[in-house]
Amino acid sequence: MNQIPALIRVFSYLSILTVGGGMAAFPELKILTVDVHHWLTFTQLIHLYSMGQMAPGPNMMMIVSIGDWAAGTLGAVVVLIAFFGPTAVLAFLVGRLWIKLAKWPWRDSIQKGLAPVSIGLLLAGCFTLAKGAVTGATTAAIAFLVFVILLRVKINPALLVLGGAVVGAFAYGPKIF
Amino acid sequence: MNDTAAVPAPDPKAALGTSAAPREISVGDIFIEFLLIGATSFGGGVVAYLRNGLVSKRRWINDKEFVEFLAISQTLPGLNATNMAILVGDELRGALGAIAAVVGICLPGALLMYAVGMAYHVHGDRPMVTAALKGVAAAAVGLILATTWQLGRKSLAHTYDVIFIAITVLGVNYLHQSVPRVLIAVGLIAILWYHPRKSDKEGAAR
Repeated sequence: MNQIPALIRVFSYLSILTVGGGMAAFPELKILTVDVHHWLTFTQLIHLYSMGQMAPGPNMMMIVSIGDWAAGTLGAVVVLIAFFGPTAVLAFLVGRLWIKLAKWPWRDSIQKGLAPVSIGLLLAGCFTLAKGAVTGATTAAIAFLVFVILLRVKINPALLVLGGAVVGAFAYGPKIF
Repeated sequence: MNDTAAVPAPDPKAALGTSAAPREISVGDIFIEFLLIGATSFGGGVVAYLRNGLVSKRRWINDKEFVEFLAISQTLPGLNATNMAILVGDELRGALGAIAAVVGICLPGALLMYAVGMAYHVHGDRPMVTAALKGVAAAAVGLILATTWQLGRKSLAHTYDVIFIAITVLGVNYLHQSVPRVLIAVGLIAILWYHPRKSDKEGAAR
């Protein structure tokens, strides 16, 4: 079955939801790719998303893998364009307008008003991810430690995520020694 | 498209940084700089890499412009990193600059995740891999919480913003409303709450 039209629809829709960051779209990403279209399981989505946190560049590049699994390399390219195209065009058009609107009083209202909503959407996405990723005492401890360390120490977060991989392998992996 | 790759290497004198005179920034320069940022910004926090590359190293824009672009990037839908690429690319070289910047910043991560996705598809169900990924996913939750926390401390205007945050989270996670519905409903209320006041105008006109 040809998945390309569905990929375009889903990812251009998700594109518009990423207010504040990619995480804001995560709840809908889960519903559409896992529950509606069955392109992958929730566990696979969590795995891909978390691995994507270690990759350089914009942190939603894991969508490429979903496109690839659903429809091959063409699917990967289509997903990239569908996901980044709409907001890129919007940023281009509104960006030019926004700078001209510096004296428009509502501009400040929009920025101030959307700031807490975007934080709320990021948190909501984070909780959706946590529902699948934090399943017991060990995973809760990893999440909590990473959170606290990042707020207190200047360290590359990718190293902490790698550290999480090591702890996970020891805690849940087959005993190799 | 191919002519962007044929741009000559940067002028060695300019590379020495002896002259502060602005030189012509080509679409190729923009592509290369954003490609570099896209390839080296491991561990999220692309914004810090952007500031370092564009403001400190290249001096293509100043700090004030950077903060202005960042405010727009955060308000608009789209990832901060790609929105910043569009805005800065457009500022430097118009539409072509914007395209070069966004393709440059996305390309390395996209290729990497394409390869990672394929490897995961083949080896993802090995016990050792799933065990390690359990740890990775838990760490990612901590990382995203920390990023959100830091963003919140920087971008929120008042403590009572917590109410808007709470309503948004409740709407999505507990009332299971769709993200756009919550975004429009709570967003409109919050924007009206922050409606322009007279005192603001006087303050700005001062």
